[in-house]
Amino acid sequence: MPSSRSPRRSGRRHPLMGGLLLVIGLFVTGGTYAAASTGIAHAQDAPVSQEALVEEGEKLFLANCASCHGMNSEGSVAGPSLIGVGALSVDFQVGTGRMPMAASGPQAEVKPVQFTQPQIDAMAAWVASLAPGPGMPDPKYYAGDGDVANGAELFRINCAMCHNVAGAGGALTEGKYAPHLRDLQPIHVYGAMVTGPQNMPVFSDMNLTPEEKNDVITYLKYLDENPSVGGFSLGSLGPVSEGLFIWLIGLGGLIAVAVWLTARSN
Amino acid sequence: MADTPEPSDVETSGHDDVVDPGTAVERSNAPQNPGLAPEHQRVTDLDDKEAKGMERRISLFFLLSIVGSVFAAVAYVIFPIIPGDMGSVRMNNLTVGLGLSVALLGVGIGAVQWAKALMHGHELVEERHPTRGSEESRQAAVETFQQANKESGFTRRSLIRNTLFGALLAAPIPAVVLFRDLAPAEDPIELMKTTMWTEGVRLTRDPSGVPIRATDVTIGSAFHVVPDGWKDLEHGKLEEKAKAAVLLMRLPVDELNEDPAKTDWSYQGIVAYSKICTHVGCPVALYEQQTHHLLCPCHQSEFDVANHCEVIFGPAARPLPQLPITIDAEGYLVARSGFTEPVGPSFWERQL
Repeated sequence: MPSSRSPRRSGRRHPLMGGLLLVIGLFVTGGTYAAASTGIAHAQDAPVSQEALVEEGEKLFLANCASCHGMNSEGSVAGPSLIGVGALSVDFQVGTGRMPMAASGPQAEVKPVQFTQPQIDAMAAWVASLAPGPGMPDPKYYAGDGDVANGAELFRINCAMCHNVAGAGGALTEGKYAPHLRDLQPIHVYGAMVTGPQNMPVFSDMNLTPEEKNDVITYLKYLDENPSVGGFSLGSLGPVSEGLFIWLIGLGGLIAVAVWLTARSN
Repeated sequence: MADTPEPSDVETSGHDDVVDPGTAVERSNAPQNPGLAPEHQRVTDLDDKEAKGMERRISLFFLLSIVGSVFAAVAYVIFPIIPGDMGSVRMNNLTVGLGLSVALLGVGIGAVQWAKALMHGHELVEERHPTRGSEESRQAAVETFQQANKESGFTRRSLIRNTLFGALLAAPIPAVVLFRDLAPAEDPIELMKTTMWTEGVRLTRDPSGVPIRATDVTIGSAFHVVPDGWKDLEHGKLEEKAKAAVLLMRLPVDELNEDPAKTDWSYQGIVAYSKICTHVGCPVALYEQQTHHLLCPCHQSEFDVANHCEVIFGPAARPLPQLPITIDAEGYLVARSGFTEPVGPSFWERQL
């Protein structure tokens, strides 16, 4: 039988057919699995990641914050309760490097940020899940595209007495101080106004509306972008640095000139 | 080379020759006038090469000055002031200023150096001439006066003279009346004792003038407050604000230690205090919301808001005056009355 002697070299009996089927099978299985799994992932993205975020935040909190703020963020002698402080407070405190504190002192110092933004978001999500508190604002309220003049007036009335009219910062009592406000992230300025970190008073939305906060941020942005027209501003610290400069350099220079004028030429 | 003046040349008119009759002191060892020191010889006097070098250096200063002037003019053109761009103003000021400084300092330093190092260096003594006039000119002056008196009859016609004196004395009288009226028309003591705050005046935000509800004031908040109606004042806004400015704060009720006589001056932990320091009147507004301390930026007076603003540090003599507040029917914060004592620093007539 010719057919039995020489097996057909075409159709489904082809010797390469097994390998081809295997490849097709693998592709189909893999493709289906991939499609199915992405489909599942898409469908469950929001709830799962929010839960995961909170869970991740709780882990980070227990590892990094709980020694002072308590296992359930109920607070301890070393740190205040975080129940109800809101996501914005976490974003400000951790996002500026103030938390975790390096050491206890008159106030938490700004230092290099210890966490990535996703980690900060996770901790913020966990703290926000404990009790309602100030949340992240709409980005349009810290875009810095408001009214500079109104922002400057609000800044002079509400902020300048501590932070200096040029945002250079200033001393408070017993080692505390108001930090400078130059080259900050707008969201941190917004967060500080809403949450009143440490000894800063709270400027809630009932005091300064979100639009007015945006005006203040616009003014700070204007300060950052526009150099002092008078030249070297000596830190914008006012009479302290200016007085020191004029007494030492200015008066010293005049004395040197007077000595030179009256000295005998050799 | 200048002549060195001999000491004998510069000695003044025989001061040593006159024997003072009133003294019996032996004058044999009296100090002698040493005269001028021999002239100081400069390097440029002694060495022609040095003088040439100095000449070149001085002219270099003047050349530098020319460069500075030209640079200032060029810089003004190539770094123009662009309206709205503060960086361009700074660049313009900086470059033009540097050019002008080099231009003026170049002239100045060059001129001084020229005078010091190259101009003739000998020292001069210039005698003073007597200030008393000669007998003839003194006599002439007296005669002129006498003649003028005789011709005008100043002493003879005493009626004219006396009425002239009277007129001159009366002339400043209007000035006394005019300048006296520069003083405040109202009684200054009364002005210092009263502010715009009276019973029922709403507390409003500075500068918008929007009234404040008690519910707006969250714990830890600090509001900068002016009385209702201040925003619409026609004139005297600054004077009124300087007296009526108030800081409104909300403390946790359990942390507020109130004067038993003033427990109804606050509303659920919301307290209002005058922002005018009792020391010399700076605005006290550095509020620390955790310690409840208020700091005055001028002289570091510190007030404890939790303890009816008593002074805990610094030169202020009295607590900040408290504004009694309550809420009206619509929930807005209003003054229960005006301040019960004068705000701000002490003055002589202050009774309280």
